[in-house]
Amino acid sequence: MSCFQCPDCGYVYNEAKGDAHEGYPPGMKFADLPEEFVCPDCAVRYKEDFVSLETSK
Amino acid sequence: MKVYKFESSDKGQITYRDKKRYLWLASMVYPLVAVSGIGLYMATGSEWSFLAPLVFIYGVSTLFDAIFGVDENNPPEELVPQLEEDRYYRWLTYFTVPIHYAVLFALAIFVGTQSVSLLSVLALAITGGIYSGLGLVTAHELGHKKSRLERNLAKIVQAVPAYGHFCLEHNRGHHRDVATPEDPATSRMGESIYQFVRREIPGAFKRGWKLENDRLERTGKNVWSFDNEILQSYAITAVVQLALIASFGWIMVLFLAVHNFWAWWQLTSANYIEHYGLLRKKEASGRYERCQPYHSWNANHVFSNILLFHLERHSDHHAHPVRRYQCLRDFPDLPSLPTGYFGMFVAAYIPPLWYRIMDKRLMALPHVAGDLDNVNVQPGKLEALLARYPKQTEVSDTLFHQAEAVAA
Ligand SMILES: [Zn+2]
Repeated sequence: MSCFQCPDCGYVYNEAKGDAHEGYPPGMKFADLPEEFVCPDCAVRYKEDFVSLETSK
Repeated sequence: MKVYKFESSDKGQITYRDKKRYLWLASMVYPLVAVSGIGLYMATGSEWSFLAPLVFIYGVSTLFDAIFGVDENNPPEELVPQLEEDRYYRWLTYFTVPIHYAVLFALAIFVGTQSVSLLSVLALAITGGIYSGLGLVTAHELGHKKSRLERNLAKIVQAVPAYGHFCLEHNRGHHRDVATPEDPATSRMGESIYQFVRREIPGAFKRGWKLENDRLERTGKNVWSFDNEILQSYAITAVVQLALIASFGWIMVLFLAVHNFWAWWQLTSANYIEHYGLLRKKEASGRYERCQPYHSWNANHVFSNILLFHLERHSDHHAHPVRRYQCLRDFPDLPSLPTGYFGMFVAAYIPPLWYRIMDKRLMALPHVAGDLDNVNVQPGKLEALLARYPKQTEVSDTLFHQAEAVAA
């Protein structure tokens, strides 16, 4: 399980936790998020802008 | 006054003192100007008093923008994190929320209990609408933040003008689509504000509901559930406004209808002037280029900015939507408006004046370079605008033909 971070506002998508408010269940891979995914907090960074964080679990 | 310090490895010690620290109280108490007309009326007995808040917002603020000029303060980027963390600033936005409610109640109680002429009721409703429109500025500042408290306060304050879909649609819709023809909250060159409003209000409503509908669908909940954040805000509006109608009768229906519409019209006015004609380019991938600082109009005037939580430093806001108002920065060579928002609203209400002021500014922007291909143009207006701003190649062709004619 990995984490992916928005390079602008710092929002982190943690695959282990998902994002309940956005409707992404725990365990949902970042790769499986819809292509039109934008950062839920700032909405100005697209999926391909997110950076993978080295930490796991 | 608090001094922020940062030890930079290459620049040495950087310090910053926020000269506007206490001036930001103005954004908090400004909505109270709405009730100044009532105070003046009680003192003088003249119903003309009700015009005082309108004179202040359009006349005095525009005059003071001219007198006090632009704002030289700019927090260094290195100190933005410290400034973000200073909780004083966010308390001001929290306290602004009950002030908007107090203003609505004061005006409504006055209209409901005093006998004044119908024209005065209208003046008070319009005044209330303008200052509740400022409630959307407060909601905007709060709604962009990540904390649950601030997001809930945003829902509460945007209920004052009955605009519960605002934050959701603004954050996830407008910021994503800004400065593209698809954005109902971005005005196009050659589009008057009266055409724009008919696209903006319904367009924002639809986009907000679609975004929330999609989110609820993903979470497996019904759109008519209480998890619907738009409905949560509408519910507050319903309770407040129905209670006012129940207390004061039918006059409240008129008062609230005008009040709500006029507050929406304030938002329309702000949206109209913030990105007029600006256009992001489409990249080969089919995505629009990232929103750049030159995709927003700015006003760096100190007076109107301290009334609006720095909303007029709009380019930095679009670059970093989550950034708090006290941290927003000005940059050289941004698209800039000749005066603050309120003065520009008046210009927008007189379309020929608006085009006269703005079209040449728009065409002169470095990234536009006089080329309408770089402008978001109202469909149907392109030909007329091309006649006034011909393509550069056509200009040189024309000059060439003229030279030929002279030579012959
Ligand atoms: Zn983000």
